[in-house]
Amino acid sequence: MARAVTTNRKIINTTAAWAIGLLIFFPILWTILTSFKTEAQAIADPPIFLGFDWTLENYGVVMERSNYMRFLTNSIIIAGGSTILGIIIAVPAAWSMAFVPSKRTKDILLWMLSTKMLPAVGVLYPIYLLFIKMGLLDTRFGLTIVLMLINLPIIVWMLYTYFKEIPGEILEAARMDGASLREEVLYVLTPMAIPGIASTLLLNVILAWNEAFWTLNLTASKAAPLTAFIASYSSPEGLFFAKLSAASTMAIAPILILGWFSQKQLVSGLTFGAVK
Amino acid sequence: MATQHSRAAARIMMAPAVFLLLVWMLVPLTMTLYFSFKKYLPLRGGDLGWTGFDNYVRFVTSSSFWPSVQTTLVIVGGVLFITVILGIMLAVLLNQPMWGQGIVRILVIAPFFVMPTVSALVWKNMFMDPVNGLFAHLWKFFGAEPVQWLSQASLQSIVMIVSWQWLPFATLILLTAIQSLDREQLEAAEMDGAQPVQRFAFITLPHLGRAITIVILIQTIFLLAIFAEIFVTTGGAFGTRTLTYLIFQRVLESQNVGLGSAGGVYAIILANIVAIFLMRIVGKNLDA
Amino acid sequence: MGHISLNQVTKSFGDVNVIPPLDLEINDGEFVVFVGPSGCGKSTLLRLIAGLEDVTSGHIEIDGKDATEVPPAKRGLAMVFQSYALYPHMSVRKNIAFPLRMAKVDQAEQDRKIEAAAKALNLTDYLDRRPGQLSGGQRQRVAIGRAIVREPAAFLFDEPLSNLDAALRVNMRLEISELHQTLDTTMIYVTHDQVEAMTMADKIVVLRAGNIEQVGSPLELYRAPRNKFVAGFIGSPKMNFLTGATAAAHGAHTIGIRPEHIEISREAGAWKGKVGVSEHLGSDTFFHIPVADAEDTLTVRASGELGLERGEEVFLSPIMEHLHMFDAQGLAVR
Repeated sequence: MARAVTTNRKIINTTAAWAIGLLIFFPILWTILTSFKTEAQAIADPPIFLGFDWTLENYGVVMERSNYMRFLTNSIIIAGGSTILGIIIAVPAAWSMAFVPSKRTKDILLWMLSTKMLPAVGVLYPIYLLFIKMGLLDTRFGLTIVLMLINLPIIVWMLYTYFKEIPGEILEAARMDGASLREEVLYVLTPMAIPGIASTLLLNVILAWNEAFWTLNLTASKAAPLTAFIASYSSPEGLFFAKLSAASTMAIAPILILGWFSQKQLVSGLTFGAVK
Repeated sequence: MATQHSRAAARIMMAPAVFLLLVWMLVPLTMTLYFSFKKYLPLRGGDLGWTGFDNYVRFVTSSSFWPSVQTTLVIVGGVLFITVILGIMLAVLLNQPMWGQGIVRILVIAPFFVMPTVSALVWKNMFMDPVNGLFAHLWKFFGAEPVQWLSQASLQSIVMIVSWQWLPFATLILLTAIQSLDREQLEAAEMDGAQPVQRFAFITLPHLGRAITIVILIQTIFLLAIFAEIFVTTGGAFGTRTLTYLIFQRVLESQNVGLGSAGGVYAIILANIVAIFLMRIVGKNLDA
Repeated sequence: MGHISLNQVTKSFGDVNVIPPLDLEINDGEFVVFVGPSGCGKSTLLRLIAGLEDVTSGHIEIDGKDATEVPPAKRGLAMVFQSYALYPHMSVRKNIAFPLRMAKVDQAEQDRKIEAAAKALNLTDYLDRRPGQLSGGQRQRVAIGRAIVREPAAFLFDEPLSNLDAALRVNMRLEISELHQTLDTTMIYVTHDQVEAMTMADKIVVLRAGNIEQVGSPLELYRAPRNKFVAGFIGSPKMNFLTGATAAAHGAHTIGIRPEHIEISREAGAWKGKVGVSEHLGSDTFFHIPVADAEDTLTVRASGELGLERGEEVFLSPIMEHLHMFDAQGLAVR
């Protein structure tokens, strides 16, 4: 049994933690607040914290001016598509490694991880060249494939970790009960693995959504997702803080929400199960 | 533990993933190696023949090589130092009993989910802009001259931005590790007469050792490859050209593919050195 | 029906030979217990019979038909796993129904069988719960229910009671024994606990390092162990062994005597020793007494009323008809 903590201690802890938490969160909060200001109020000195005239005008301007919807659609298709494709390829592989391990399973897993460590810039030109040759440059399909491949090791790894936690005896029980391999996967494994698959899905959508090397280098205008959309704001044009904030808020809001659901998986997923 | 039948099925089911990753690794890698031994300028004559190790020598002897190595080291080292130290402190704090722990956790983690281009741009403009940025307002409020962050203190600024992005990751992992520490160990130490600081130093910190190593290794691999943060803030100017960025410029901006590829091979070797250590830890964990 | 015979069956994992050539007959309706220390290959043997592992060589026959290459589902056997292996995402009803669903049994028939099994196992009130909401004993019964509905040729139990607490274990032991009486089906039961083996089995198979050390009824094994290993493994507390001159006096390399077959006296007897630790169980008292030539301290069972002080000198005499003699190889000598 834990001991009761003095209320004083708890007040100090709470104050310190909240102060630091808010400090770290502040840039995001400030961005969100600024997105509702007018451009003049956005750069006012002294800064206005809450007492400004709330307006949605910036969102309207951003959406109108820059084809925001097209970037958003691209982001959704590329992040979602690459993740789903990755999971379809990874589920059977992770199943095999978790339930029919061989002497080489460990080596294969580690090798898969090692491909994740390959610095993207080292293979930038070959991929760029292949994309041109195959007509994939600035296509959603090409980008989806690349993002699928760079996240595939993480997907396999996460699924492997989840599958490992399903006791082998349950699958054997299903086999004894007369289930075929297909029925075993369909009725027993998949329902049990759904939470694991869901969190893998979540984390990898986030990673793909935020990927900012290939998405910047392999797209021009047609297939550009939100990362590129935001990057286009890097050259300032007059008063634009509020619009930049609105664009940023729209780019990060969906993922921020997903991210909060996936904190736990973040740790095991990104450390390849080395920290639990 | 399995029968012949399931073994065969397993091999077939593993094939697509293994095949795809094998192609994804081998094809570009072979091409990079191939180009690195060529004089290859797509916009100025294309393939101008084999040059042996010329590109490798020229890459390391060019005047921008050593500064870029130094920049890379400063950024990686600086960010690691900040995120690990602050991460440990934050993790310890968040592990204390308090009200609204869940919400604080969410606040702390949030920056990790912000896409790199957004965080770089938000920091660059809304905070570090020398005229309208929040920092400029703050400096003026205290009567100081606003700092030209991204030109006068460019490296520090980038370290700061990247640290902000990665602090949540370090904190979250270290917090998870702290929570796995057996309470009874701390209570035993307390019975043995250890003061809070001693308990931290002799029990908590050693327990965190492995997690800290993992944070360092994983972050190093990602930090060696940071791109967007530099791309949208300084574009590699003001001494912020890292090795990754230098290679990017050689390949796509000056279209000197041979030279860039040689640089790419160096980057791959560098990343692999770090990766080997990480794999060892992960591999050991697999056996357990 | 449920006659199983193993013919020169072997199993190796890579270079490690877990089961050397092994023959075994299991008769229809028999309750057979595989018992042995951990790592003796008893679970592997059960899994070979189940078909969850391939035999390396040899043949397994079920009801006269070669089943060596038959997949587990087609062997007509049901298995109760150590962890129960219930499907956590299915209700108790669905768990029990699963093998029937796989066999495409029609719904009415399924319902009838589930109701019957649930009634027999006192699970009727829990049919719509998930396994996670059940106690250990209830989960155990669900696992058994899932096995019963298939009406298998034989039941296989893999250490089914090891996750239960002591009191529940005694209960479930009785329930499984009763189940065997009612169903009159072959049951093969793996355990490392010789008490379970003694209390439940018609036939015990004692295994060590993949080898069958002895096969027989509980009392046969108790009365006439074939070697020192079986002698020491069956019976609780375990048999005492003495060597040296004491054994030589009986013309053997080693002699063995069970704690319940030693008479204790303050005046006279064959062996002499000072009382060490005593364990009072109420009905009985076990005295641990160091004696010359004993491999370990001698354990002696005496009536619960007998009060001996620690350090008191006593005399011990084996009851000669219960004395076991072994040669230098550990084989029983008669």
